[in-house]
Amino acid sequence: MRALSPRAENTTRIIAPVAAGALVLGAWQLLVTVGGVDDYLLPSPASIIDQIVEFWPSMVSAAVTTGLNALLGLIIGSMLGILFALLASLTRVIDFMSAPVVAALAVIPIVALAPVLNTMFGADSQIGRQAIAGLASFVPVFINTLRGLRQTLPVHRDLMRSYAASQTQVMRTVTLPTATPFVFTGIRIASSLAVISALVAEYFGGPRGGLGGLISTSAASSAYPRAWAYVVAGIVLGLAFYLATLALERLVMRRRS
Amino acid sequence: MTSEAVTITDVDKTFETRSGQVSALQGINLTVAAGEFVSLIGPSGCGKSTLMRLIADLDTPTSGTVQVFGKSASHARRDQDYGIAFQQAGLLPWRTVAGNIELPLALHGIGSRQRKERVAELIDLVGLSEFADRFPDQLSGGMQQRVAIARALAEKPALLLMDEPFGALDEMTRERMQTELVRICAETKAAVVFVTHSIPEAAFLSDRVVVMSPRPGRVQEIIPMRLGAARTEGLREEHAFFDMVTAVREALHQGSPVPTGPRGMETR
Repeated sequence: MRALSPRAENTTRIIAPVAAGALVLGAWQLLVTVGGVDDYLLPSPASIIDQIVEFWPSMVSAAVTTGLNALLGLIIGSMLGILFALLASLTRVIDFMSAPVVAALAVIPIVALAPVLNTMFGADSQIGRQAIAGLASFVPVFINTLRGLRQTLPVHRDLMRSYAASQTQVMRTVTLPTATPFVFTGIRIASSLAVISALVAEYFGGPRGGLGGLISTSAASSAYPRAWAYVVAGIVLGLAFYLATLALERLVMRRRS
Repeated sequence: MTSEAVTITDVDKTFETRSGQVSALQGINLTVAAGEFVSLIGPSGCGKSTLMRLIADLDTPTSGTVQVFGKSASHARRDQDYGIAFQQAGLLPWRTVAGNIELPLALHGIGSRQRKERVAELIDLVGLSEFADRFPDQLSGGMQQRVAIARALAEKPALLLMDEPFGALDEMTRERMQTELVRICAETKAAVVFVTHSIPEAAFLSDRVVVMSPRPGRVQEIIPMRLGAARTEGLREEHAFFDMVTAVREALHQGSPVPTGPRGMETR
């Protein structure tokens, strides 16, 4: 492969995926209009965009509803994940107790829990969905934070002991800064999981108006282009969460170095 | 304060391992006078690092006592009577050079203005004035080690403990660092306990060289280096220096002189 100048490489980095996306969409459109695939089976990109424009206000409000559930779940789940990881790293007993519980939490399928929680909190409550997003966020944040808290180098530990540093000082100067990148890895994974969980949880009852609810009603009434339009909104929402956490991570890490 | 920086009396150290007890040190007796430079040398596994860790109170002896300036090792550690440097520089990568050097001062509640003054002095001492705001990963290994030494000197300790601080450096850097260390020691008048496995390094730097034997670690011989106070680059090519290198090498071989360097030892 020919080497590119840094500037050309940056441009290529942006253009390449855009071009690939345009190609796929073009082929898809051709397949439906020229290739004779039934528009009912596979809506064309043009008809999906049509629906996005037509239902724009409803899309925005649906994304806000689902996004708010995901955000609340992400924040509370991450905070609990960090808190319990701290406790587990400080106390052996909690560490031993939490290991199997977290392993169990990690394998709970959202589909299994959503109907139960929706019934538990009532038909007009968003709490069940927020709880599911929180639960999905908790696991990766907990696991990554706990691992990060154990990455302190022996030489740093020796050094802090030679300074006769207090436990709080060791935590603040060495343990937490070492763990920070791991915490952010956990939150980054959790951000996508929170959106997916909040969205999927809407398939199983509870108030309508979120992206998940609208995808399932659109599909149920055979409005496939509209269902696809809401799926696109879900992708955009997930990407927004991912990019926001990435930006937060960059901001915090840049302040350090 | 007594005139002895370190007094080690009848120290044994045994480690519990899965395959039973391993005796790392046996019957160690050693004193280091204030301001004296003492090297611990011996093959891998002779317990020289363990001995230094006992002085630093990073480990405790199984039996016997370690005193630092007439106090117990743990008391001396809490009083911050020593500065320490390891083979790895062990800098905090998220702090700048200045931030790393001021770490012990900050932890012990020294005011920010005094801290700044002291850090400026120290950075000057190790010749890194232009790099105060750099981060460790922007420095070479030798520069990182100099930052670590500046950090060890931050609180003007009367005792400096160094565990193979130049072990990971290339030959040229290593010799330059040795010359710098000699200068720094002359300025600070600190006693030094220096762990190394390089014979010329021990001979060049030390007032006395403690030769240790492995499994269990024992003091085999203590050799005074009769090289005078002027430890300059020229010394490396003098006969007296070669004689001392030979003396240490032969002690390591326990009276059976071998023309080549002993196995497992560096001869640089």
